[in-house]
Amino acid sequence: MKIMSQDIVKLEHFSLQDIEVEQALARVHVRDVDYADIYFESTIAESVSMEEGIVKRAVKSISQGAGVRATAGDKTGFAYSDELSKRDLNIAADNARHIVHSPKGDTRLPVTHRPARTQNLYPLDQPLTDIAVRERVELLNLIDREARRQDPRITKVMASLTTEQKTILVATTEGLRVGDRQPLSRLQVTCIAEDGHHRQVGTFGGGGRVEFAFYHERDRARSYAREAARQAILNLSAIDAPAGIMPVVLAGGWPGILLHEAIGHGLEADFNRRKTSAFSNLVGQRVASDACTIVDDGTLPFRRGSLNIDDEGTPTTRTVLIEKGILRGYITDRLNARLMGLPLTGNGRREDFRSIVLPRMTNTFMLAGTSEPDEIFRSVKKGLYAVSFGGGQVDITNGKFVFSASEAYLIEDGRVTKPVKGATLIGNGPDVLKNVSMVGHDLQLDSGIGTCGKEGQSVPVGVGLPTIRIDAITVGGTAA
Amino acid sequence: MDASRENLNVLAADVVARVNARGATEADVLVAEGDSVAVQVRLSAVDRLSKAREKRLGLRVFFGKRSASASTSDFSNASLERLVDDTCAFAKEVAEDETSGLPGEAAMVTDVPDLDLYDPTTPTVEEEIEWAQRAERAAMGVDPRMTNSEGAECASSRGTVVLANTHGFVGAYRSSRFSLVVTPVAEDTNGQGMQQDSWYTVSRKWHTLETPEAVGTRAAERALRRLGARKVETQRVPVVFDPHIAESLLGHLSSAVSGYALYKGASFLQGCLGRSIAPAHVNIEDNGRMPGGLGSRPFDGEGVPTRKTMIVERGVLSSYLLDTYSGKKLGMASTGNASRSLGDNPSVSPTNLFLHPGGVSSEDVIRSVKQGLYVTELIGFGVNMVTGDYSRGASGFWIHDGELAYPVQEITIAGNLKQMFQDMELIGNDLEFRGSLASPTVKIREMMVGGR
Repeated sequence: MKIMSQDIVKLEHFSLQDIEVEQALARVHVRDVDYADIYFESTIAESVSMEEGIVKRAVKSISQGAGVRATAGDKTGFAYSDELSKRDLNIAADNARHIVHSPKGDTRLPVTHRPARTQNLYPLDQPLTDIAVRERVELLNLIDREARRQDPRITKVMASLTTEQKTILVATTEGLRVGDRQPLSRLQVTCIAEDGHHRQVGTFGGGGRVEFAFYHERDRARSYAREAARQAILNLSAIDAPAGIMPVVLAGGWPGILLHEAIGHGLEADFNRRKTSAFSNLVGQRVASDACTIVDDGTLPFRRGSLNIDDEGTPTTRTVLIEKGILRGYITDRLNARLMGLPLTGNGRREDFRSIVLPRMTNTFMLAGTSEPDEIFRSVKKGLYAVSFGGGQVDITNGKFVFSASEAYLIEDGRVTKPVKGATLIGNGPDVLKNVSMVGHDLQLDSGIGTCGKEGQSVPVGVGLPTIRIDAITVGGTAA
Repeated sequence: MDASRENLNVLAADVVARVNARGATEADVLVAEGDSVAVQVRLSAVDRLSKAREKRLGLRVFFGKRSASASTSDFSNASLERLVDDTCAFAKEVAEDETSGLPGEAAMVTDVPDLDLYDPTTPTVEEEIEWAQRAERAAMGVDPRMTNSEGAECASSRGTVVLANTHGFVGAYRSSRFSLVVTPVAEDTNGQGMQQDSWYTVSRKWHTLETPEAVGTRAAERALRRLGARKVETQRVPVVFDPHIAESLLGHLSSAVSGYALYKGASFLQGCLGRSIAPAHVNIEDNGRMPGGLGSRPFDGEGVPTRKTMIVERGVLSSYLLDTYSGKKLGMASTGNASRSLGDNPSVSPTNLFLHPGGVSSEDVIRSVKQGLYVTELIGFGVNMVTGDYSRGASGFWIHDGELAYPVQEITIAGNLKQMFQDMELIGNDLEFRGSLASPTVKIREMMVGGR
């Protein structure tokens, strides 16, 4: 039996009754408050990790609470409590209401509930909380053996499996009452290789809103181990990366982090409402070459960045950000959509009940083009081929972004040659995609490891990319 | 001792007793409780107001050489019973780890000093709003090119930490934290784009925060000076890190000397203990007992007393940062640097970690450079802690003939941390604590700047 969806998340899950939530909402919904909601969350997270060939860490964390929010114009009042009693909800409601200085008791009329549209993107046969510790331990031991047998130069293997089962319910003054159960898991492997002269590291992992069996399907767990080991060994022979402006070919999949940093953050509605983004006022204008169409899509089944509903109860959607090079739209949360007169895109997200809602990406990727990947390599006389990245960051206001390659090669005369280490790419968001001259037909989504940070809040995201050629971007290596 | 702290002590001791009753050989319990108020103001209007009160309990149990951890925010009797059961069951499933265990009873702190970490002042929401508004107004008033703002935030929080373990140890301390930060946006009149920057003040004491006007003015100056930034040619030059940015080098050092990185073979300082890793004028200290320090604590996450530890003395790597577990792995004693995220095993973190100031002014450091880069911001994660390879996005100023000539951006700086510490040619006298890591201005002899 599949565990079905939203409609089974009821207030009883939080040991609360309808009337208590109605009362708290009524308490916060005073004159001048144009919208209020309460976000209930309970999360069980478990993590098991292995090093030195043994699984010696097992960690479990339980957290629950409610966040109450009231908005009035562009103002937001927010309070949260990790107690779910009627009394604590009321205190939080009073604190959230403080933003509008309205007299107590001057409440608006309650609204009747309306049904919510639902999707079911991650039906699981087995809840993540039901996986025995023993099964987790066996999985990590399998990884350890697989990584070590790749090469005698693999000296250390570390691996961890983290799982999270989050249950949320959103109740709003517009009558919306909708919940979701959100599973999430991730398996991560790190290998260290030593050859007497050098020590190098390789990491690989994957996951999503998937059940435990996912890691055994298609030999995934062992393939993560082989991939981490391969990277560590490869980097032992890597030479210093070049520095300067050059053509760069990005591999499909995880290098889509470029889109996330260079474009995605700049298209989040909050920065654009405040006009502090390098993309402010660029809707309808060319920000990329014809070959680039980029979407944010929260509706891909089982993906790490996907959600049935966002944290404001809005069903997620697919939003076209850039269509054939032209900037089409922003991703929104409720507050910014209302203030900017934009549609809701289902991108209102928060890390947990302690955090406020912000417009955030889900799965962001470029659609496939028409070029043969081989043809893309052959077109480069001297440049860099970047296959995997450690992480990236952007300055929203001036548009400058950076990301660091963990696996990269030189391209010489149309052929991929020596591995290089320590390559960082830096560029300007509104310009970089104008330099994309070729887009492969090989769109690939990442393996499910992305976490995005914004204003101190982390949320799981996905990225994707076909093989692309960027004609000119600054590479920051150490070799002249 | 106040009532709430007394209650937390009782709770911690109670959970230790529940674990004992299930036959655990050792256990420790950490309880944290606190409340906070934060206001965000943007263009003078209140943007966001947050209030919270929260609590959390973390538990670690040992059955012989097996252990597991858990944490919860639900303190109800039924929930705690279930948590204790689950954690004990977890512990029995993992492998034996010869090194595991609490620190010895004799290692526990006996005298918990008052480090002046707590200020009972609770600014009202209105006061915090006013402070944020004043800081932002000051920033916007500096120059007509200050056209926009990402807002100002004033925040205060206070809390109590209690640690109890099966040695019968119970220790507690309170702390508070106040901060004000503003992020204004400057816009060039001739269409060269926008730049934002921020500045902040943070303290354990409300009354020792810098004035909102000083913070706002400094933030505006930082944003303004970035306007008109350009790229430079790719070249190898001396690089000067401003104090705020030099702190990040100490952050990398602290990760590299963490016992966990070292026993896992994941540090670029593997095997460097007792060796020279920097010039003789480099002295780096970790000190958990600084009165009022933002990284101070009377005891660490395992109840071991914090202390002063010289990490680098006259250029020589003289100590690692250790807790009990990583210390045992390396055959050394804990340095009192266990840090605990509730419900996880300890890890290691610095307390107040700082580079001792040198004898020259920051102006003289810049003056010593004929052509080079003065870095005021770094972005990205291009640091490999295993190899020390370092390549990050940077912005700042070009130094020409010892003067800051013009702002630069969209460049990278690259090198290797091991070499960078060896190349710390000059250290300024401008040490100032603005967090738990602190550094004066630092000049690195040479790095690769990637640009045009």
